[in-house]
Amino acid sequence: MTFLTLTGIQKQFGTSVAVRDFNLSAEKGEFVSFLGPSGCGKTTTLRMIAGFEQPSAGRITIDGEDITYRPPNRRNVGMVFQSYALFPNMTVAGNIGFGMRVRKRPGSDVQKRVSELLELINLPDKGDRFPYQLSGGQQQRVALARALAIEPQVLLLDEPLSALDAKIRVALRKEIRSIQRQLGITTVYVTHDQEEALSLSDRVVVMSEGRIEQIGAPPEIYNFPATPFVASFVGTLNLLAARVVDGPSGRLTIDGQEIRSAQAIASTGKVTVALRPEAVELGEAGGPNRLTGSVEDVSFLGSIVRTRVRLGEGATVSLDTFNDPGLAAATVGDTVTVSFPPEAALVLAGEASAEESIEQAIAEG
Amino acid sequence: MTGPGPFGRHPDAIDSVADGPPAVETRPSRLRSLPWWIVFIIGILYFFLPLLGTFAFSLRAQPLFSAYAIVTDDPQFFATLIYSFVVGILTIIVSTVLIVPTAYWVRLRLPRLRPYVEFITLLPFVVPPIILVFGLLRTYGSGPLPLAGSDFGSNILLVAAYTVLSLPYMYRAVDTGLRAIDIRSLTEASQSLGAGWPTILWRVIFPNVRTSILSGAFLTLAIVVGEYTIATFLARPAFGPYISLIGGNLAYEPAAVSLISFGLTWIAMGFISIVGRRSRTRLQLTGAH
Repeated sequence: MTFLTLTGIQKQFGTSVAVRDFNLSAEKGEFVSFLGPSGCGKTTTLRMIAGFEQPSAGRITIDGEDITYRPPNRRNVGMVFQSYALFPNMTVAGNIGFGMRVRKRPGSDVQKRVSELLELINLPDKGDRFPYQLSGGQQQRVALARALAIEPQVLLLDEPLSALDAKIRVALRKEIRSIQRQLGITTVYVTHDQEEALSLSDRVVVMSEGRIEQIGAPPEIYNFPATPFVASFVGTLNLLAARVVDGPSGRLTIDGQEIRSAQAIASTGKVTVALRPEAVELGEAGGPNRLTGSVEDVSFLGSIVRTRVRLGEGATVSLDTFNDPGLAAATVGDTVTVSFPPEAALVLAGEASAEESIEQAIAEG
Repeated sequence: MTGPGPFGRHPDAIDSVADGPPAVETRPSRLRSLPWWIVFIIGILYFFLPLLGTFAFSLRAQPLFSAYAIVTDDPQFFATLIYSFVVGILTIIVSTVLIVPTAYWVRLRLPRLRPYVEFITLLPFVVPPIILVFGLLRTYGSGPLPLAGSDFGSNILLVAAYTVLSLPYMYRAVDTGLRAIDIRSLTEASQSLGAGWPTILWRVIFPNVRTSILSGAFLTLAIVVGEYTIATFLARPAFGPYISLIGGNLAYEPAAVSLISFGLTWIAMGFISIVGRRSRTRLQLTGAH
């Protein structure tokens, strides 16, 4: 059953449109991420759900109730901020219990709930500390507990991990997801980090310039990007200019070298071919499509080695291989052949213009 | 091996080298800090010589310390001082209640108005108190609100006038305090937890700018206790007019009064810093985090 719905949401600041025609319905207990670059409207949309901004048009409902114009303190929505926003004058327990005390719950109830939540966030003995005595990761866990203390209908997280370092980010991300699953709370998570969005969410909403580009489960977003924007924003992607040789059979040329796509191509002339670096192999074992060029750069990324190969006229293909100490990496300047299967060559129309035809092409593919 | 052996010279040589550089380095560093010492000493003299002179002058009254005895025996001294302290505290309360929410709202919702509000708060530096008090007397001397006609009304006018005088100090202090905390996020966090405006102000904003309010309050108290013009024209029994009165009539006692009020001001400053220390350390640590 649909629990949180946003219908035809628009937000204008003066003459500039921050969010346009945003439609989303989330199930109860679902984890939805808004993913996009800064300025794409994801935080504005989240703030409209929280009530800090009012939509210029559209409707927001939670559990069937219209809350579009309800002030934020009368919605039952928990919010976690990028800057933690803990009250510096209160202890950890004071922070977590704040919402319940505002709601005039009896002291014993508040105490009980606070200690339950301290257990939940693995900080059982930190109740009497002040926020400044905790690390960033601990502060953000307290902020999460504070938001959960009021038993909100919807939990909103606004880039909660951006201020933390990489290791804590990954650990806390798992913790947030497991707590969310445990409590079955409908969650909206805003991030510009695709890895975060893909690893956490049931569904990802990719946004750009105030518009929804695509809504889908993480594998769908990654494997079948609906628009050139999604294709380029989610994951690393090779975008290669290609010329259609024979549309219906999917034959094209890249840099004068012929390849085949698994999809039938409706357009003629120039198209763009998207290739994931992990779908391309060095050598000829990757599939029937082969391209020859010279190695331009080899970067060692830890578990992965990324090799950039320059094809004759300037196009480059990046490819990822797992790091294997037993294998020597390619040397810059070597002439190599790279290969990939027809399914890996995703054909996007011309100069990234006609989105409908792309969607159609992907649907057909 | 005793006595200077084959290596005997080396320790000596090293010693002399070790002694050498500090001696060479100390001299210029002492020289470099000399101007600062001179400035420091001039500063000390500037602040303390008048006090010393006043103290020495007050001791001329015979018998010794009789000037202090006369002053403290005068019931007017404590009556006016207490009156001024009470007015000072009322002024602090009124200006806090007015300025904290105003500065908060301007920062949160009306940032574009900030230059104008700052200009208004600086007006007391431009408009002399004599103009202010004549304005008050003309407006409230008669007409629909003849406040200046009664003692109670005049007290209200005095507190109101002092609230205006304290504006620059109070507003600046509170505004600086608000800048140190992320009021937008704290406000939104409180709102999402169900708090309304009174709760946000009282439970979140006030406690976090307490130190700033205290430092503004201290300046306000210092101004109010020594203020002369407005209190005189409103005919209030305040401390400023009292000092002026005995200054005109007595020789050594005004010196004693000045020193006592100076001492009381210092005590007030110490009190505020003790009360404020707890929250200040906390805020500093949070800021550094």
